[in-house]
Amino acid sequence: MLYVVMIFLWMAILLYLLLGGADFGAGILELFTSYPNKSKTRKTMYRAIGPVWEANHMWLIITIVILFVGFPNIYTTMSVYVHIPLVLMLLGIIARGTAFTFRHYDAVKDDMQKVYNKIFVYSSFITPLFLGIIAGSTVARRIDTEASNFLDAYVFSWLHWFSITVGLFTVAICGFLAAIFIIGQTENLEERIRFIRKAKTFNIAAILCGGLVFLASLYEKIPLLDWVFGNSVGITAFSLATVSVVILWNLWNTDKTNLMRVLAGFQITMILLITTWKHYPNIILLKNGSSLSLLEEQGNAKTIDALAWALIAGSIFILPALVYLIYSFQKPKEKIIS
Amino acid sequence: MNDFIAARSQMALSLGFHIIFSCIGMVMPFFMAVSHYLYLKTNDVSYKNITKAWSKGVAIFFAVGAVSGTVLSFELGLLWPKFMEHAGPIFGMPFSLEGTAFFIEAIALGFFLYGWDRFNKWFHWFTGVIVGVSGLLSGVLVVAANAWMNTPAGFDYVDGKYINIDPLAAMFNDAWFSQALHMSIAAFAATGFAVAGIHALMILRKQNVAFHAKSFKIAAVFGTIAAVMQPLSGDISAKFVGKSQPAKLAAMEAHFHTEKSAPLIIGGIPDVKNQKVDYAIKIPGALSFMAKGNFKAEVTGLDQIPKENQPPIAITHYAFQIMVALGMIMMGIAFAYFIALFKKKSWLKQQWLLKLFVLATPLGFIAVEAGWVVTEVGRQPWIINGVMRTKDAVTPMPGIQYSFYLFSAVYFSLAVIVVFMLYRQIKMVPQLYDKTNP
Ligand code: HDD
Ligand code: HEM
Ligand code: HEM
Repeated sequence: MLYVVMIFLWMAILLYLLLGGADFGAGILELFTSYPNKSKTRKTMYRAIGPVWEANHMWLIITIVILFVGFPNIYTTMSVYVHIPLVLMLLGIIARGTAFTFRHYDAVKDDMQKVYNKIFVYSSFITPLFLGIIAGSTVARRIDTEASNFLDAYVFSWLHWFSITVGLFTVAICGFLAAIFIIGQTENLEERIRFIRKAKTFNIAAILCGGLVFLASLYEKIPLLDWVFGNSVGITAFSLATVSVVILWNLWNTDKTNLMRVLAGFQITMILLITTWKHYPNIILLKNGSSLSLLEEQGNAKTIDALAWALIAGSIFILPALVYLIYSFQKPKEKIIS
Repeated sequence: MNDFIAARSQMALSLGFHIIFSCIGMVMPFFMAVSHYLYLKTNDVSYKNITKAWSKGVAIFFAVGAVSGTVLSFELGLLWPKFMEHAGPIFGMPFSLEGTAFFIEAIALGFFLYGWDRFNKWFHWFTGVIVGVSGLLSGVLVVAANAWMNTPAGFDYVDGKYINIDPLAAMFNDAWFSQALHMSIAAFAATGFAVAGIHALMILRKQNVAFHAKSFKIAAVFGTIAAVMQPLSGDISAKFVGKSQPAKLAAMEAHFHTEKSAPLIIGGIPDVKNQKVDYAIKIPGALSFMAKGNFKAEVTGLDQIPKENQPPIAITHYAFQIMVALGMIMMGIAFAYFIALFKKKSWLKQQWLLKLFVLATPLGFIAVEAGWVVTEVGRQPWIINGVMRTKDAVTPMPGIQYSFYLFSAVYFSLAVIVVFMLYRQIKMVPQLYDKTNP
C-alpha cells in the first residue's frame, strides 16, 4: 500500500504542476502582456480558468495531506527548515486566490479593478517562484538539521542560486503551460496568433532557464548533470522531451491544439520524472549527507493502508467529476455566463 | 512577544478567521438550494435573482475560505512541527477524507457558479446541493481532528512513544459526536442570523422590500431552527466535557472547589488568587445538573487539578459565559419569530422584530468564536489532552512574532476588503438583481 500512496503523491505533484501551473501561468502571461492587449488576454483567460481554478489548487492540499499523514517527518522537516519560503508562498496563494475572485465578483467595476489586477499578476509570479525555490531546496543538500545559527538553519537552507534558478524555471514552465492551454480556448485568429507567440516565447524562456539551472548546479556543486545523464531513465526521458519539443515547434500553424497540450504536458511529466527518479526514494537530501526517504519515513503502516484506501475511494468520486468539469467548460459556448 | 505566544496567537488568528468563512461556505449553499428550488418550482424570477445575488457573495467567501484553509494545512507544520510529527499519522484519517470532500466541493462549485443555462436545470440545482453537503461533511471531518486533540484515542502512549496506532479509532474518538453536532448547528445559527440581519436592515430601509423579504425568510427559518437546537446540543457538549475533560469544565464555570450540589455560576469576575468568583449569580445545584444530569452530583473543581495542568481560568470562563448568553438571546429571538410565523402574523409587519434581527446580526459569529476559545483555551496547557504539552510542540524557529504580525496585517486587510465588497453587492441589488424596486 505504501506504493499506492507514493504513486498518488507523485501524481498529485504532477497534476498540481500541470493544472495549478497553467493557472499561475495565466497570471504570468497577463503580467507580460503589453497594455493594449491586456483586457483581451484577461477575458480569454478568465473563461478558460474561472470554473476550474479552485479545483486546480486542490492538488496542493492533497499533496500536503499525504505528506503529513503518511510521512510526517518529511512534512515537519520542510516546515521547519524552509519555513520562510513556505510562508511567502502562502502569502502569494492568499493574494492570488482572493484577487482573482474579487476582480470578477466585485459588483462595482471601478478603480479597485486595477488594484486587484496588480495583486493578481504579481502574486501569480511570486507563488510559483517560491514553489520552485522550495522544490529546489529539497534536493540541494543545504538543509542543515544541525545548524546552530539562524542564517544557516533557516535562510541558507533555501537561499542559493540553484533554488532561485529552479524557481525561475518553474515560472517559465507555468507561462508556457498556460499559453498552450489557452490556444485551444481562443475564439478568433488574432487571439490565437497572440497566444501562439506567447507559447513560443515562454518555451524558449523555459529552455533558457533550464540552462541556468544547470549552470547554477555546477556553481553550487549539485550533481544535476549526473542525475539527468548518469542513468538510462534520465537520458531516455530527456531525449523524449527534446523530441516532443521539436514536434511541438512543427505544430504551431496547425489546429492540433489538443496534441500541443499533450506534448506540453508530456514534457513537464518527463522533467518531473528526471528530477525525481535518480534519488528516489529520497525526497529531502540533507546537508550532512543523509536523506529522508519515502520508504523509511512512512509514519505508520496501518495509517498508510487507511490513507491508500481513502485516496483510492476519493479518486473514484473525484476523477470522473473533475474530467467532466474540465470537459464541460472546454469549448467556448455562445452563452458566456455572467 | 515570545515565539510561543506568537505561534499560539497566529494559530488562533488563522483559525478564528477561517472558521467564519467555512461556516458560510457550509451553510449558504443550503440557502441557495432552497431559493433555487423555489425558482425552479414556481418560476418566480425573484428567487432566481436571490440565488444569483447570494452566489456572488458565496463565491467571494469561498475563495477566502479556500485560501485561508490552505494556509492552515501548512501552518499546522509551520507552527507545531513536534505535534504534527506524532499526531499526523494518528489523526490524519479525517484530513485525508476531508481532502476528498473539499475536492468534490470545489468541483461542484465550478459547475454551480458557471453552469447557469448550460446544463439541465435539475442537474445544475443538484450541483449546488452537493456543494452544501460536501462542505458540511468537510466541516464535520475536520472537527474530528480537533475532537481527537481533546479526547485522544487510537494509540498507546508508552515511554514517550506513540504505538499501536489505529487511525480509525482515532477518528471515531469520544468527543467527535458532540463537537461535530454542536459545530454544525452553530454554523447554521450563525450564518442564518447574519444573513437574516442584513436583509432585515434592507427591509427597514425600504429598499427592494419584496426581494429582501423573501431572502430574509429563508435565512431566518434556518437560523432560528438552529438557534433553538443549539442550547440542547450545548447541553450534550457540557455533559460530555464534564465527563471527559473536568479541568476544562471547571475553568468554564470558574468552579474552584470540588463539591456536591455545585451551583451554576452566571457572570461574575473570577478571582484566581483567592479562588472565588465575585459578583456572580449562583443557581444552586444547577452545575451538578448541567454536568451530570443530577442536582446532587459531585463536580470536580480546580482544586483537584494540579496547578501546572490548569487552563487559563478567566478567559475560558468569560468565553463560555458569552457563548451561553448569546445562545439564550438567539433562542429568545427564535421563539419570537416562531410566534410571529404561526400565531401573530401581524408581528411580521412590525419593525421591532426586524430590528431585533438587525441587532442580532453578529451574535452567532461572536458565539462561534467564543465557543472555540472555550474549547481550545480550555484544553491548555495540552495540545493533545493529557499527552503532549503545547509548549513542547512549538517550532524551534525564532522570530515567529514577525510572521504573526504579517498574517495579522494580511487577514485584517482581507477582512476589510470582504466587508467592502459585501457592502457593494448589497448596494447594487437594485441595479443587478431587482430592477423593480417596489
Ligand atoms: C452559534 C454559536 C453557538 C452558540 C449559540 C452556542 N455554542 Fe457552544 N460552541 C460553539 C458555538 C455555539 C462552537 C464554536 O461551535 C463550539 C466550539 C467547539 C465546538 O465543537 O463547538 C462550542 C463549544 C461548546 C462547548 C465546549 C465543547 C468542547 O470543548 O468539547 C460547550 C460545553 C458548549 N459549546 C456549550 C454550549 C451551551 C450550553 C450553549 C447554550 C446556549 C452554547 N454552547 C451555545
Ligand atoms: C480541526 C480543527 C482544529 C485544529 C486541528 C486546531 C489546532 C490547534 C493547535 C495546534 C493550536 C495550538 C496549540 C494551542 O494553543 O492549543 C490551537 C490553538 C488554538 N486554536 Fe485550535 N484547532 C482547531 C480548531 C479551532 C478553531 C476552528 C478555532 C476557532 C476559533 C480554534 C481556536 C484556537 C485558539 C483560540 C487557539 C489558541 C489557544 C491558546 O492560545 O491558549 N481552533 N488549535
Ligand atoms: C473546526 C474547524 C474547521 C471547520 C468547521 C472547517 C470547515 C471548512 C469548510 C466547510 C470549508 C469549505 C468551505 C469554504 O471553502 O469556504 C473549508 C475550507 C478549507 N479548510 Fe477548513 N475548517 C476548519 C478548520 C480547518 C483546519 C484546521 C484546516 C487545515 C488543517 C482546514 C483546511 C481547509 C482547507 C485546505 C480548505 C480549502 C478547501 C477548498 O478549496 O474548498 N480547515 N473548511
